[in-house]
Amino acid sequence: MQQLNNQSQALSHWLNARKSQWEHLENTLKPTTSRRDREIGDARQLLSGYRALLSDLSLSRRVNGKAMITRYLENLFLKAHEEIYRPSNHPLARLIDLYHWEIPQLMRELKTAIFSAFALFALGIAAGWWLIGSYPDLIGLLASPKMIDHVQKGELWTDGLLNVAPSSVLSLSIAANNITVTLFAFGLGAFYGVGTLYIIGFNGFMLGGIFAFTAAYQLDGRLFAFIIGHGVVELSVIIIAGAMGLQLGEALIRPGTRNRLQAFQETSISAGKVLLAVTPFLLFAGLIEGFVSPDQAFNLPQRAVIGCCSGTIFWLILLFGVPGKSRQQ
Amino acid sequence: MMNNTPNKPGSFQDYLCIQSADGMDYQLEIAGMGARTYAFVIDWHIRLLLAISWLAICGLAFFNWEEIRNVFKPGHPGDTGLVLILPTLLIYFLYHPVLEILMAGRTPGKRMTGVRLVDLQGHTPGIGALLLRNVFRLIDSLPGFYFLGLVAVALTGKHQRIGDLAAGLVLVYDNVDKTHSLQQISTLTLHSRLSGDDQTLLLDLLKRWDELASERRILFATQFLSRIGRDIPEASGRHTQEQALKRALKSLLSKS
Repeated sequence: MQQLNNQSQALSHWLNARKSQWEHLENTLKPTTSRRDREIGDARQLLSGYRALLSDLSLSRRVNGKAMITRYLENLFLKAHEEIYRPSNHPLARLIDLYHWEIPQLMRELKTAIFSAFALFALGIAAGWWLIGSYPDLIGLLASPKMIDHVQKGELWTDGLLNVAPSSVLSLSIAANNITVTLFAFGLGAFYGVGTLYIIGFNGFMLGGIFAFTAAYQLDGRLFAFIIGHGVVELSVIIIAGAMGLQLGEALIRPGTRNRLQAFQETSISAGKVLLAVTPFLLFAGLIEGFVSPDQAFNLPQRAVIGCCSGTIFWLILLFGVPGKSRQQ
Repeated sequence: MMNNTPNKPGSFQDYLCIQSADGMDYQLEIAGMGARTYAFVIDWHIRLLLAISWLAICGLAFFNWEEIRNVFKPGHPGDTGLVLILPTLLIYFLYHPVLEILMAGRTPGKRMTGVRLVDLQGHTPGIGALLLRNVFRLIDSLPGFYFLGLVAVALTGKHQRIGDLAAGLVLVYDNVDKTHSLQQISTLTLHSRLSGDDQTLLLDLLKRWDELASERRILFATQFLSRIGRDIPEASGRHTQEQALKRALKSLLSKS
């Protein structure tokens, strides 16, 4: 009984002695305290409070087991641990780093996959061109009856696009559609790359088939003029997304020294960065497709200049990065 | 840091076990398919309600009925569509990524369910990881009703969907109990011989006492007292019995 009383007194003494420090630590960790305004003294206090908490938690686990006080200290420990060990949060600096050196490095790693995706896309175009060129009746597999009807009347389905919707709406809906295709081309790589092979191959096949069909009615030149303005960036992004999807499939099929999950995670994170970097260009391509491509006021050379310039800028940024000073230097 | 998910003997719960760089190990209880689905259903209703509210309020305030009807006709989106449909779609599709970033791995649905997203170190996930998780939503939702995601949750040890696997995130129970003050906890520690689970149960029961129906109060209090081996106070009327049970429960909090 005497021993029990002594133990209880010791516990009471310990609790009363430590309580105020835990409360102080809890207040320091409250989200209302601005992290930016913290002084070096606050950081020192946080560190010393954290160290004391570690020993309190060990003691509480030993003496009290899974009692509520232990749970309280565990929660406090989790919050303090996160505050101390979380990486610094500078979104702008990280974005600059991304475009400055991370993307060129990731693109170099993706080189083989990009060539493979491009080859697959080109193969799809050739197959589509050959199939529809040889069997024009099969166009019904790729184009809607309305589109076919337009072409057979000697006009493109894109001709009256601006009469149907204003450029702003058109740009947004096109950009949304392209972003969805890009995300699918990448995400379907999770099925061991098979989904990506399908998306890239089928998109190439459609493009080749449609070109072959319009060529039969001498409309291929006009279709090319429609596509060239926005197509360089748009198709480049889709091929890059496809390359990332193939990389994802490769990581699952041949994870190397890592296990499959680690390989999947590492590849997804790298690919996610590239995806984040190329998405703004899709919005840009959407603007060209909404404002320039359907507008008859732009002739072929003007469209070609827009397409070539936007494509060159896109590839220069991705391969060599945006000039500037990053945290790596 | 290391992590694994051993099952506690005799329990069906899974834990994310983490050892900090300081040698302190800790566990976070992983949320299963039920909690995940419950949170999603709440969030789905909220985002649908928000999207429809925008459509209704903005539509009725700035456009006439004919213009609103035209928006839904194919090939007639126009400027009305830009003002009405675009924000509606943005609300619906960006709800999860935006709120998960702003609320540190939570959404209103997750908060109501008491779960949150953490990375494999138990920390609040970064923006990149949350965006990546949401990119894979497209795949998780295939072929419909999140079938693939649910299969992945059922088959993986940490109950992760494909997006979580890609981003290295886990949905865990948010066991930060803000309602129990340090004062209450220290009183319990000093004066109670109850186990940790019983202490939590006692505080929860007393906290919810006024919200419970009379017969539930009596049932839960009786069950709790039997569980810890205490005598159940006898009383004639229902009201008197309730009072007696509450006193018996409160006595467990104070110095005996």
